[in-house]
Amino acid sequence: MKFGIVVNEGPYTHQAADTAYKFTKAVLEKGHDVHRVFFYHDGVNVGTRMSVPPQDDRHIQRNWSELAEKYDLDMVICIAAAQRRGIMDENEAKRQGLDGDNIAPGFRISGLGQLIEAGVQSDRLVTFGD
Amino acid sequence: MSILHTISKSPFQNQSLSSCVAHASSGDAILMIEDAVYGAVSGTAAAAQLAEGENISIYALGPDLSARGLGEAKLAEGINIVDYDGFVELAVEYDKTQSWL
Repeated sequence: MKFGIVVNEGPYTHQAADTAYKFTKAVLEKGHDVHRVFFYHDGVNVGTRMSVPPQDDRHIQRNWSELAEKYDLDMVICIAAAQRRGIMDENEAKRQGLDGDNIAPGFRISGLGQLIEAGVQSDRLVTFGD
Repeated sequence: MSILHTISKSPFQNQSLSSCVAHASSGDAILMIEDAVYGAVSGTAAAAQLAEGENISIYALGPDLSARGLGEAKLAEGINIVDYDGFVELAVEYDKTQSWL
């Protein structure tokens, strides 16, 4: 079965970014497909590679990046939400005249159409966070 | 069309749980995750509301219960405990997943 995942809450806020990660991992380990993970609203903050949590804490961004690498996940960050919160890839940083980018491995920046498409293509769309 | 309703906020924090119970139809399921698992505790108003649902299966996420020190003995009757695998199975079993804010 094909799943779409939406993450609306930032990391280290309540629990949604953790729950979404554990759910997505369970989906993949059970042999289902994940069409896309869409990071929206504060959820885009998961996708910065500048996150440095204490060593004894879970590393939410790295967890997602490693999951993406292992399962070839498509992880999309909403461009409008990302620009407001300073999440940039190389192209966007250049276009905005900024001095650097911060997007983490495995993430890409794109538009809201990717969420709609994920809803159309997936058998189940599961949302985490408010 | 059966729906898996997920609730993530405590019933002591907002009205999601009672709104969800009011909207859920026969044959649906409600899964409490994160702080919403407090709604599974025996003797709470939320647990009583959940028990009123006709032909609605009630689940709570085990790891989130454990993280809050809520053992099975503290839960109301009729609450089924699932892990993340069980969460996935519920999402597969029901036609749609509705996440309550």
